[in-house]
Amino acid sequence: MIALAAFYLFASVMIAAAAFTILSRNPVHSVLWLILAFFNAAGLMVLAGAEFVAMLLVIVYVGAVAVLFLFVVMMLNIDLAEVRSGFTRYGLFGAAIAAVLATEVVVADEAWHSGALMLGARQAVTPDNMPNIQALGALLYTRYLYVFEGAGLVLLVAMIGAIVLTHRERSGVRPQKIGDQVKRRPSEAVRIVSDQPVGAGVEL
Amino acid sequence: MITLGHYLFVSAILFVMGVLGIFINRKNIIIILMAIELILLSVNLNLVAFSAYLHDMVGQIFAMFVLTVAAGEAAIGLAILVIYFRGRGTIAVEDANRMKG
Repeated sequence: MIALAAFYLFASVMIAAAAFTILSRNPVHSVLWLILAFFNAAGLMVLAGAEFVAMLLVIVYVGAVAVLFLFVVMMLNIDLAEVRSGFTRYGLFGAAIAAVLATEVVVADEAWHSGALMLGARQAVTPDNMPNIQALGALLYTRYLYVFEGAGLVLLVAMIGAIVLTHRERSGVRPQKIGDQVKRRPSEAVRIVSDQPVGAGVEL
Repeated sequence: MITLGHYLFVSAILFVMGVLGIFINRKNIIIILMAIELILLSVNLNLVAFSAYLHDMVGQIFAMFVLTVAAGEAAIGLAILVIYFRGRGTIAVEDANRMKG
């Protein structure tokens, strides 16, 4: 009973937050609503017994992706009035597409309930005697090790790609070249401007 | 008692909302990227729900990989967005026709 109440709480707040994400006028507000949606989705996942994925959702999305979005939103100087025009022009078309999709999802769900799909054998039965994170790790580091390393490669490529895309060479700046400074020797740094012998004094 | 149907219903609503968000925010790529994140979140929710329903851990493993790809996609998408804004001064999708032949 408590679980059901918690489910309805999380689900309703998540859907409301998602609606505000796509309808909000200000992109910063959108990001904040998105964060709320992710928190509630994490709550739903905890209810389903997937604690580790839920925590990952909070850490990765709220901690990294949402902050990335916030940075980009605040870095770009967006004209909000210009951004909002055209809302009604596409609203109807988008609603039609969304209605078609929703109908298809319902049809698929009903078809699945009527037993159209034969489920295959389970790949890895959830163990009862160990916590979720331990079971996940035991599977991830053995059977799915190569896929896991592939996921790491995907992240590496994404990181390098983002850096390469946004990095720009600036012209007109004169940065400090430490190598040149260290290589410099007295013989090339000091120049004798006259043939006066040392200690001869100067004429005033 | 929470059933699988509850989860499927919620994630279907979330998915449709993400698709709707792509269509009604044609002028703002940032919100389109957020709508894609919503779609991926609904997929993750489905994977986790089926994982719990079938008592199979593989659903959660796949949810993790979807999460990885979503994070990479957000990083690359925002990087492209930044260089696009630098060159054009706008982030409207409608007049993104530079690659048109």
